[in-house]
Amino acid sequence: MLPELDECVVKERIAKRIALEFTEGQVVNLGIGIPTLVSDYIPEGVHIIFQAENGAIGVGPAPAEPDLRCIGAGGRIISILPGGSFFASDTSFGLIRGGHVDATVLGTLEVSQTGDIANWVVPGKSVPGMGGAMDLVVGAKKVYIATTHTTKKGAAKILKKCTLPLTAVGVASMVVTEFAVFTIENGRMTLIEKSPEVTLEQIREHTEAEFDVADPLLPIKGMEVAESA
Amino acid sequence: MMTKKIIKPVVSAQEAVKCVKKGDTIMVGGFNYGGIPYTLVDALYDAGTDELTMIANDTAYENVGHGKLVAAGRIKKVIASHVGLNKKTGEYYNSGKMELELSPQGTFVERIRAGGFGLGGFLTPTGVGTIVEEGKQVLEVNGRKYILELPLRADVALIRAYKADRMGNLIYKGTNRNFNPAMATAADIVIAEVDSVVDVGELDPDVIVTQGILIDMLVVKGGSYYASRT
Repeated sequence: MLPELDECVVKERIAKRIALEFTEGQVVNLGIGIPTLVSDYIPEGVHIIFQAENGAIGVGPAPAEPDLRCIGAGGRIISILPGGSFFASDTSFGLIRGGHVDATVLGTLEVSQTGDIANWVVPGKSVPGMGGAMDLVVGAKKVYIATTHTTKKGAAKILKKCTLPLTAVGVASMVVTEFAVFTIENGRMTLIEKSPEVTLEQIREHTEAEFDVADPLLPIKGMEVAESA
Repeated sequence: MMTKKIIKPVVSAQEAVKCVKKGDTIMVGGFNYGGIPYTLVDALYDAGTDELTMIANDTAYENVGHGKLVAAGRIKKVIASHVGLNKKTGEYYNSGKMELELSPQGTFVERIRAGGFGLGGFLTPTGVGTIVEEGKQVLEVNGRKYILELPLRADVALIRAYKADRMGNLIYKGTNRNFNPAMATAADIVIAEVDSVVDVGELDPDVIVTQGILIDMLVVKGGSYYASRT
């Protein structure tokens, strides 16, 4: 069994780890759920330009006086920082598909060892639709997956091959969970960091995908601070 | 299509939605709760017009905006990118009561743009290797695979803008813009709901987003909860 962690610790750890990936000036689109939290953990001094696919760039935190005509893709009220702008959806997805967005962060139902993602439909059960996810993962230069290591029932989400309908093929570049960080390069998955609460054996047991193990295998970056905060 | 009037009639929402007939295909602007022509959609709901095909990014919420049209069973087919916020959409689709065609959001808006801008379709890499490509042509161009996606058009588009001048030129506010400008190009009849209508010449030509030649009728927004707050 994997250790049970507090939900807030899980979310914070994942969001914080992904936030460390971004560098000055990058254009980033955040999905709904844990990905939204990433903006709270961008290291001081690093300036990121956030894009919202419903038509805004230069997205900032909610203002003191909320305006319902200024919302993010998840429906949250946002502000537009100086230098930002609004645009229509065709321009927004032009920016996304056109490769003008450096990175996107999304949650997922399943991810495969070669970077396939399945996160938009469970046939016969839930049909939320893909929204902008398919365009984002195809268009963004890097795709970060923010996900719990297993499902609530404990089933593996990081698989040899996805079982659900795909969102895109071979697009994920990094998978961050509360227990592990994997990179995917040239169709091969590598475990680069793990949390101290789990052994490598435990990770193997709860990860169906085949992966290489980096040497040295490091602790998850940013964790120390998160735990003591 | 009839030639549109130069000076657009400013009419009530009830009057405007009379041009939507049973069985029509409509487009409705909006993303989540933003940029929906609430007053027009409410009037269409009250009119009871049904058997509609609705092209909208999402189906809002069960009790909000055009989500109410779905919940009331007025829609026979939805073409959208995301329907997860409205439980009735999934329920009616799963039970076979309503058809649902999902398009990735970037593809969705580009299909509308193609419909409005005279294109026979376009090639996109989005959806390659997924069920989105089922039944469609996949072409390889310079070594990369693309799906041929086809245009969308409607009989009537219901859109939301911020201000109009009497010629129907439109400007938008914040993230309310979303799908509205594209939809203004892709329907036989286009009705714009706005905060206010100003005289011709009052809008700066440099900031006009939607050209008045695309618009048929103007409706000033009503005072309902969402219409007044968005």
